[in-house]
Amino acid sequence: MTPVSPEPAASFERQQMEVDIACVGFGPAMGGFLTTLSRSLLNPDGSPKLESGCLPGSPLQVICYERADGLGFGVSGAVTRGRGIRASFPGLDLAKIPMAATVKEERLVYLLDPTGASQRSWALRAGDKLIRALGSFLGCREHALELPLIPSFLQKHDGFVMSLGQFNQWVGEQLTSSGLLQIWPSTPVTAPLIEDRAVKGIRFADQGTSLDGTPQDGFLPGMDVRAALTVVGDGPVGAVGRGIDAHFGLPPGHEHSEWALGMKMVIELREDSVLETGTVLHTFGFPEPEIFGFLYVHPDRMASAGIFIPSWFRSPVRTAYRYLQHFVLHPYLWRHLQGGTLKSWGAKSLQESGRRGEPFLVGDGYARIGEGSGSTNVLSGSGVDEAWTTGVQLAEAVAELLEKKLPFTRQNLEETYVRRRRASWVDRESRVAADSRNGFPHGLLSGLFGMALAGFTGGRVVIPPPSSRKKGASLEERCGARIPPAELQKFRDEAAAHSLPLHDQIMNRCGWPEIPFDGKLLVSQQDALLTGGNVQAPPGYANHVVFLRPDVCRNCEPKLCVEMCSGQAISRGESGVPQFDREKCIFCGACLWNCRAEEAGEPANVDFRAGAGGLHSALN
Amino acid sequence: MSNAYHIVVCGSLVPDPLQTLEPIETPAGPALKNEMLLPAVLDPWAAHALYEAANLAAHAPGSKVWLVSLGAKAKLQQVMMTIAQKVSFELIPIDGPASGFADAHATAAFLAEAIQSIAGLDRSRMLLFGGWESASRGAGVTMQLIGERLGILDQFQGVDQLTVQPDGTLEILERIEGGRHQVSLCQSPPALLGWATGNLPEPRNNPQIGMANMRAIMPALQRAKSAAPAPEALKYRSASPPKQQRQTRIEKNLSAEEIAREIVAWIEKA
Repeated sequence: MTPVSPEPAASFERQQMEVDIACVGFGPAMGGFLTTLSRSLLNPDGSPKLESGCLPGSPLQVICYERADGLGFGVSGAVTRGRGIRASFPGLDLAKIPMAATVKEERLVYLLDPTGASQRSWALRAGDKLIRALGSFLGCREHALELPLIPSFLQKHDGFVMSLGQFNQWVGEQLTSSGLLQIWPSTPVTAPLIEDRAVKGIRFADQGTSLDGTPQDGFLPGMDVRAALTVVGDGPVGAVGRGIDAHFGLPPGHEHSEWALGMKMVIELREDSVLETGTVLHTFGFPEPEIFGFLYVHPDRMASAGIFIPSWFRSPVRTAYRYLQHFVLHPYLWRHLQGGTLKSWGAKSLQESGRRGEPFLVGDGYARIGEGSGSTNVLSGSGVDEAWTTGVQLAEAVAELLEKKLPFTRQNLEETYVRRRRASWVDRESRVAADSRNGFPHGLLSGLFGMALAGFTGGRVVIPPPSSRKKGASLEERCGARIPPAELQKFRDEAAAHSLPLHDQIMNRCGWPEIPFDGKLLVSQQDALLTGGNVQAPPGYANHVVFLRPDVCRNCEPKLCVEMCSGQAISRGESGVPQFDREKCIFCGACLWNCRAEEAGEPANVDFRAGAGGLHSALN
Repeated sequence: MSNAYHIVVCGSLVPDPLQTLEPIETPAGPALKNEMLLPAVLDPWAAHALYEAANLAAHAPGSKVWLVSLGAKAKLQQVMMTIAQKVSFELIPIDGPASGFADAHATAAFLAEAIQSIAGLDRSRMLLFGGWESASRGAGVTMQLIGERLGILDQFQGVDQLTVQPDGTLEILERIEGGRHQVSLCQSPPALLGWATGNLPEPRNNPQIGMANMRAIMPALQRAKSAAPAPEALKYRSASPPKQQRQTRIEKNLSAEEIAREIVAWIEKA
């Protein structure tokens, strides 16, 4: 048995439990899986249809384990066409899902730079000048240009906006009330159990340890749960999915090379807001050309506003939180958001490699669904519905195998689940999208051109992939034209001396205005951590972010993990080795893909393990 | 003499105190804004009582723990998925409001009725546990009212420790002013203990306990009785949030001493 996780040194006895199907991670993919499977578990007369293999005479034992403390603590800025979700719930009444509403109006908006601080190429600056010059003719207002058309592959106007947290909560309530299966929150799963190239189950995180994992009083070794099938839906940074990837590798030619950090605010709009429920804005161009944004208007004057910081944004001082505030302050948005109140806030990593990042979808004893299985469509910018649909497909396959009494082997899962997935719109559209973002590492314009090319040709014509995907430029490369070397060094020294990230100093010096904190919507990053739900870190668990080789970190500059940390949970540390404070961690996972060690040909130096707690908010 | 106890814990749900709670006026009286959107938790005071109950039961063979919990059914279901992993108990759910604006008398009546209906409960061995206070801004009298309805004369509030003496006597430490405890001896159950924080840490999550609990919890939830307090039972003249204000100011050049001096001055002024 190979648990893909570190073992504590002390000897101990682990509890073991056996179930039929062990599921990891409760998100939209698992929602789709469990919703569909639960409908196959009963006969029309209400008697159990499928018998447990591990508890003969009992109904099928299906149990889902979720790391977060609540089923509604997921984060996503979600507007979705909802094709898969609607297929699962014919006649879906959105009024039953808090914060959900039909899309009424959808706009694609290019945001000009009202500050002069945004780092734009000469071509973009020339284009901006032209837009401003032709402002009245083009309909440019509030430093923004509303585009007359939205490419068909981006459109969501037959869909709905929602809060992923509220959606998950709604789905979870229905599932648990059925009594047919169980979903356990507050249960971090640390590793898959692998034996003879088959996944045999999962292992929970140890409890009763010090921060470094040393067993202490009340030590409770994480239980092993053995299962005939392990369904992996723990997202792009989940410990089980990554453990399987580490053990089996990725299919030839596949890689997890592109990521983004999505960060959002949930805002209660002021009472006289004129924004109509169901309004959807997609933005690009500001605060930096590489950063895309959104605004979705929910019922009851609630709105979600957020940005995506992609891995191909090569700023060495990239920070999502400050850029999000500049985004909110853009005059085009601020006219609506001013006077609003921050109700919640959150962030998550997005696996943006799409189909090129698809892992082995199945193997003996396991199947992958959702974002961690490469289901996100990077052309349409859609992931929730695709994830849901992969869960549905797996559930249909599992029900078929159970009814035929066939084992969950790689071959059987290939012939049922993978076959369904390959024949579906999810896979068809993901093929079109696979290389659609190749142009972005060269710049915004080539990126947009590449998307249009792939979108309008059905993926037949694309820009070739970049030869390298460097994570971050040096400070000199990025800021050398604006800040003299001596001043850059001074900023470095000050950041090191005060254990602070560099981005505020650098952005201020580059002309970004200070954020005018108002204590309601514009608050410090630390205040945001306390808004709308707080961050919890239950005692007795080890640190889940670990810096493996201190020397590598000591010599790394600038430290992208510090700059990108959504909760300021990672600081520089006195010796130059980052320090982790789990009481601020919101489990966004940005530290994982912002480690620069891989650029030097070394394995990543950040280990992002299973951990407990996180953000307590169901509004995101 | 048998030291086996029948421990009934009253623990209702409350909106997660970590959330921003905003009272609003509705046609039916005051309520919390977007209450159903907010995550719920077992009232933290009652949670301490539950952990103490489980600990006592573990050391008194033959004992049993019931959790009588009032809250919206959907929320009860969610919260039980967390609580049920920690300690063994049998759930007696009551589907009703838990926003903190419920009348303590009405709540006590529902809970007392539910306790009286527990099959197999031996009231001569009953210890009735609950929270001394409530995170729902309750009046702090619900437990006493339940005790009175059930005819329990020995009541202790602000309890931090319960020790069973070799002769079966219960030694109880109640909080009193000055950071001290009053020590009482109670000869035997029935008794009511409104717990303060106790001394026990939150138990570890144990999925096996959770699985065992849920076999009975899910059917119990499906049978949960509704408890809707009469709208005329209590009228609020007004409700307002606690006077709490966050003021953010960025100071880059002040020393720690200067910041401390300023905070002290601000507190004195407030």
